[in-house]
Amino acid sequence: MPLVLNEEQNMLKDAAKDFCTNSTPISQLRGLRDDTSETGFDTDTWQQMVELGWAGITIPEDFGGLGFGYLGMGVVMEECGRTLTASPLLATAVLGAGAILHGGSDELKGELLPQVAGGELLLALAVEETPHHNPYGATTTAEKSGDGYKVTGSKKFVLDGHVANKIVVVARTSGNAGDRDGLTLVLVDSGAGVNVTRTIMADSRNAANIEFSGVQGVLLGEEGKGADVLDKVLDAGRILLSAEMLGGVQECFERTVEYLKVREQFGVPIGSFQGLKHRAAQMFCEVELSKSVVLEALSSLDDDSEQVGELASLAKARLNDTYNLVSSEGVQMHGGIGMTDEYEIGFFMKRSRVCEHSLGNSAFHRDRYGVIQGY
Amino acid sequence: MTALDEFRLETRSWLAANCPASMRVSVPEDQIVGGGKRQVYENPEAKIWLDNMASKGWTAPTWPSEYGGGGLSKDEFLVLQDEMMRINARAPISGMGFSMIGPTLLDYGTEEQKREHLPKIVSGEIRWCQGYSEPGAGSDLASLQTKCEDKGDHYSVNGQKVWTSGAQYADWIYTLVRTEPQAPKHEGISFVLIDMAQPGVTVKPILLISGNSPFCETFFDDATVRKDGLVGQLNRGWTVGKRLLQHERSSISGLSSGGKKGRYDDMGKLSNIAVEYIGKDSGKLADPALRDAVIQNELNQRAFGLTQQRSMAESDKGETATFATSMFKYYGSETGKERLELQLKAMGTQSLGWEGQDFGDNERTLTRTWLRSKAGSIAGGSSEIQLNIIAKRVLGLPD
Repeated sequence: MPLVLNEEQNMLKDAAKDFCTNSTPISQLRGLRDDTSETGFDTDTWQQMVELGWAGITIPEDFGGLGFGYLGMGVVMEECGRTLTASPLLATAVLGAGAILHGGSDELKGELLPQVAGGELLLALAVEETPHHNPYGATTTAEKSGDGYKVTGSKKFVLDGHVANKIVVVARTSGNAGDRDGLTLVLVDSGAGVNVTRTIMADSRNAANIEFSGVQGVLLGEEGKGADVLDKVLDAGRILLSAEMLGGVQECFERTVEYLKVREQFGVPIGSFQGLKHRAAQMFCEVELSKSVVLEALSSLDDDSEQVGELASLAKARLNDTYNLVSSEGVQMHGGIGMTDEYEIGFFMKRSRVCEHSLGNSAFHRDRYGVIQGY
Repeated sequence: MTALDEFRLETRSWLAANCPASMRVSVPEDQIVGGGKRQVYENPEAKIWLDNMASKGWTAPTWPSEYGGGGLSKDEFLVLQDEMMRINARAPISGMGFSMIGPTLLDYGTEEQKREHLPKIVSGEIRWCQGYSEPGAGSDLASLQTKCEDKGDHYSVNGQKVWTSGAQYADWIYTLVRTEPQAPKHEGISFVLIDMAQPGVTVKPILLISGNSPFCETFFDDATVRKDGLVGQLNRGWTVGKRLLQHERSSISGLSSGGKKGRYDDMGKLSNIAVEYIGKDSGKLADPALRDAVIQNELNQRAFGLTQQRSMAESDKGETATFATSMFKYYGSETGKERLELQLKAMGTQSLGWEGQDFGDNERTLTRTWLRSKAGSIAGGSSEIQLNIIAKRVLGLPD
């Protein structure tokens, strides 16, 4: 846990910053929203990201990736977060690829992971069945059938579920909703027996509600022990999403501080008022602490540390709260103009709340942290 | 094996041989060694431990060895800290000599000043205190009025300082004084070193809400300062004084443990205490609202500790980055206060004992510590002053 980036990671960060600033500014997201794009992301941009190697950053070289690790993926996600870049990176390269990497046979990995790294295959992870994150809450069933399993049930809020070619479904082979035992992960093709309804969310990004009617798929991990793979995948997702949120937090905060310096009222810049200065300074502290927890959590993934779970919850709880604070204060401190659609600051607020409810809100993660700590 | 690994092994075996057994338990507040001529060692092993560490220069591990310090690199220092924590060895000595005036003399002192003062801090022979605040100069420190006049072969000081922590135990005091009354307030201040063993210096302890007297009033009546007791240039003491405040803020924020230990963790982990007094229900602390608040505080402490470690990792010398000092002072003191408030909630009426047998030692100590903690966000520049500094120096917001 070095808590600082090495030279290669810094170079990747600079490259990602250049790319996002020039190729995916927030105006791109606005355009996708206004043009009601079918994919919700720009396919040419995604192809460029793939060519930069981003889809395979965490995929081992043996399977066609870069094997560059989670800190590397983290700095890319962070820069994407600054410009609210819409892309399938989290759902495909982190969640979906992670499930295959941790749960797939060598044969399956050899077949699918190079396709992920090459940008030919889009993936999604179908976990939720209710409006709240509940990783062990599956009632969707999986039944042994021939070489694989048949999946029946319905899932909500499947990130990028509307574009995925294949979907990792968290299903149940035994036990009751809430039980960690009895969960089974099944990889299914998005096609016959899979009814996908795209949901349009406030952040203009992508999710889907999906009905599975007895669709046949292949097992990832062990039957009934899916939670072992699921926990790893979710923790990586939580940490990488926290990295994206960290980018949004910093951009939103910097824009707000800049506005405090230029907006004048009563004949002076509003940033000269102590009532705003102190709130800005308090946010600065929260932002600095957020940087540290994300770095530590990313390092723990690279080290395959035993503390990944608690650090994922530490990072996600903190970034949920900090992003919420900074984006709320961002709108408030911008005043009336912060309420307009024309101005970009409101985009951060919308993205922050969707992120907050993805992969566990703060109450979920505080509770989980306490449980891991034994109280 | 790398040189650092070798250093670790040597350090481990040296500590095993030289750290007395009774120095390997958490230190009760009333047995913290501050050194100086008035120091009484209730436990003789505390003196042995101090002398052993001082002989290596490890009471001030990163100070140059020509001034008695350990001359350790940042990485060696971290190894020493690690190894001490591994056997739960307590700090042999602490105080303002180490955390404040020493580092300031290293930055601004003359060669003679370093040679005169630093070795006596390292050995524990001389204890220092700080003369900054005055009755009329608190948050507005630069309005201080204590007067210092040039008398030819010496300076003469008249005035009053307040909140001088530990003045009743100290041998020397470093002080901000006014040497040019006509100049703008920041430009007429000097930084001087005063020997307190003289008739012109009087110390009066102040009883605080905690029932203790860690602070004093210190009076100067024609107190003498040697000509070579001026640190930095005449009338440029504000620069020196501000640098020293950064060291003070680092120490109040609990930075000294390198972010590996919370400020009040010597009292026990907050969650363990809560479980002890409230109990569990289905494996979780039985008061769900308090549980959520305790977890939040522990998460904040952990994020804070990681940020201290990150700040040290980013700096070459293992020191806090300048910009970060006010953040650590603000966040560390506020999070620490919150921790103690939560501990009160966890322990209920057992947390408010003042004296007598109805309360354990730990319980009575908590009451005092809780009250004492309120000074954390006042002393060394209040939380509000730290937020002003962050707004101005870090964020660049206008005056």
